[in-house]
Amino acid sequence: MNNIVFGQYYPTGSVVHRMDPRIKLLAVILYIVTVFFIKDYTMYGAILVFVLGVSCVAKIPLKVLLRTVRTIIFLVLITSIINLFFTRGGKLLVKWGVIKIYSEGIHHAVKLTLRLILLMLFPSLLTLTTTPMELTDAMESLMKPLKVIKVPVHAIALIMSIALRMIPILMEETNKIMLAQKARGADFDSGGVLKKAKAMIPVLVPLFVGAFRRADELALAMDARCYSSVAKRTKYKVMHLSVRDLVGGLICLAVFTVVFLNKYLWAFDSMILALFK
Amino acid sequence: MSIEIKDLSYVYSPGTPYASTALKSVSITINEGDFLGIIGKTGSGKSTFIQHLNALIKLQSGSIKVYDIDLTQKKPDLKKLRGTVGMVMQYPEYQLFDETVEKDVSYGPKNLGLSEEEIKGRVREAITLVGLSYDEIKDRSPFELSGGQKRRVAIAGVIAMRPRVLILDEPTAGLDPRGKKEILTLIKKLKETSSPTVIIISHDMDAVAENCDKVAFFSGGEILAEGAPRDLFYDDDLLARTEMEAPAIVKLTKALENRGVTLDSHPINKQEFVQAVKRWRDE
Ligand SMILES: Nc1ncnc2c1ncn2[C@@H]1O[C@H](COP(=O)(O)OP(=O)(O)OP(=O)(O)O)[C@@H](O)[C@H]1O
Ligand SMILES: [Mg+2]
Repeated sequence: MNNIVFGQYYPTGSVVHRMDPRIKLLAVILYIVTVFFIKDYTMYGAILVFVLGVSCVAKIPLKVLLRTVRTIIFLVLITSIINLFFTRGGKLLVKWGVIKIYSEGIHHAVKLTLRLILLMLFPSLLTLTTTPMELTDAMESLMKPLKVIKVPVHAIALIMSIALRMIPILMEETNKIMLAQKARGADFDSGGVLKKAKAMIPVLVPLFVGAFRRADELALAMDARCYSSVAKRTKYKVMHLSVRDLVGGLICLAVFTVVFLNKYLWAFDSMILALFK
Repeated sequence: MSIEIKDLSYVYSPGTPYASTALKSVSITINEGDFLGIIGKTGSGKSTFIQHLNALIKLQSGSIKVYDIDLTQKKPDLKKLRGTVGMVMQYPEYQLFDETVEKDVSYGPKNLGLSEEEIKGRVREAITLVGLSYDEIKDRSPFELSGGQKRRVAIAGVIAMRPRVLILDEPTAGLDPRGKKEILTLIKKLKETSSPTVIIISHDMDAVAENCDKVAFFSGGEILAEGAPRDLFYDDDLLARTEMEAPAIVKLTKALENRGVTLDSHPINKQEFVQAVKRWRDE
C-alpha cells in the first residue's frame, strides 16, 4: 500500500508543519479577515512578504506554492477585466469607442488581483503544511464549545475523518479498476462526451460495489469493537500548545495588527515614517 | 522470442516528495512457450513490472518489445497489444460490472472491435474453458456468483480476447487450497489450449516450483536471478537475499540431506522427489 495523503500536503518536517493545527487554522481565519482590511499597496506588499516568509520557513518551494494560484487564475482574470472596464472615477486614461478606462479602474483591478492571490496563498500554506487528519482534529477541538448547544461535534468530526480516509482509498481503487478495464481494451480517452461518459460505466459500477462493501465492513468492524459515538474517548495524537505555537501565533497577530492599525489610524503612516527617520 | 525488455526503470510520482523507485534497470527476455513465475517479497516491483507489458504504465526509460509491437514508439498500437497480452489483475472479480456474465465476458472482445458472431463464439468458448457451464451461467448476474466462480468469469473475460501471452497477478490469492489447485490446473490448461506463453506472479513457492519452467526473483525493483526453478530454489544465498522461502519439496530434500540421505538430483516437484527417493532406496 502506498501512503500517499490526499490533498496537497507537502511534507518537509519544518517548524510550520509541526505547529499546532489549531493555531494554524485560527491564523488562517484571522488572515482572511485581515486581507479584506488592507488599504494600500505597501500593506499588500508587507503581507506578501509575510506569506513568502512563512513559506520559506515551511520549506515549501515557491513553485509548489504558486501552483495553487493556478486554479483561480481564470477567476482572477475575469474579475479584474470587469473591474478594469466598468469602474468609473479618477482620470480617464483610454477612450476607444465604448471602452473607457479610468485610473480608478486600474487601481481596482490590481488591488483585486492582489487580494485574490493573497486570499489563495495563505490558506494553501495551511493545506500544504497540515494533513487533512490534523485539520479535522483541529476543527473538532475548536468546535467543542458548540457541544453546549447539542451539536454532535464528535460525530461530525468522525464522519469527516472517515470521508477523508476513504478518498485516497477510492482513488487507488478507481485507478486499479481503470487499469483492469484498460487491460480489457477499454478506451477512456477518445470519443465525444457521451462516449467518454459511457466508457466510465465499467469503472463506476465496480467502484460503487466496492465502496458499499467497504462501508459495510468498516461499520461491522467498528461495531465489533463496541464503537459508540457518545462514549468519551481519548485521542491517539494529543494536541499540545508549545512555545513554538505561541511564537508563531504572536508573529501572525503582530502582522495582522499592523494591517488594522494602518487602516484605522490615519496617522499611522507618518508614525512609521518617523520611526525610520 | 515473444517479449524482450531492456533496462526498464520506473519511478512513481517522479519529482515530488513521494517519489518512489519501483523498477531499476530490469532486463529479461520471455520466449514463446515459457511458463514464467515471478516471485519476490511485497513491494519488490512485480506488479509494476507486469503492468508495463501491456502498457498500463507508461514507459519512462528502457525498452519493451512485445512480438512486433515496440513500446518505445510514440503511439504503439494499444488495441493490438492488449489483444496480444492478456492481463488478469489481482482480485480480478472486483472488476466485474455488467448485468450478465455473458455481457461481462464480451466486454474485452467488443473493445477489440470484433464481429457479433465472432464475439459470441469466443465468449462461449472462454466460459467453457474456465470450467463453467455456458448455458447455466450466461444469463446470471456476475454479482450473485461465488468468489471462485467470479474469479473464473473474470479470467474468462481476458481469455475471450485470445491473448498469446497470459499474465496473472497472484491468481490464487484469497482462495482455499482446493480453489488454488483448480485455478492452477485451469492456468495449465489455458497454456496448452489458448495462450502458449504464461506469466504468473505468486507468493506460493510450491505452486511456482511445481508449474513454472522459469522463475525470476525480484528484489528492490531488480531481477536478482532468473532461470530454472531447479537451480534457483536450491540456492540458499539467493533465497536469503530476496527474503524468499524454499518450496516444501526443496526443504524436504535439504532436511534429508542433513540426516545423511543425499539424493542424486535436485527434485523440484512431487513426482521427481518420489523418483529420487526410490532411486536412493534401490541403491
Ligand atoms: N500507485 C503507486 N503510487 C506510488 N507508489 C507505488 C504505486 N504502486 C506501487 N508503488 C510503489 O512501488 C513499489 C513496487 O510496488 P509493486 O506494486 O510493483 O510491488 P509488488 O511486488 O507487486 O508487491 P505485492 O507483492 O505487495 O503486490 C512499492 O514500493 C510501492 O510502494
Ligand atoms: Mg503486486
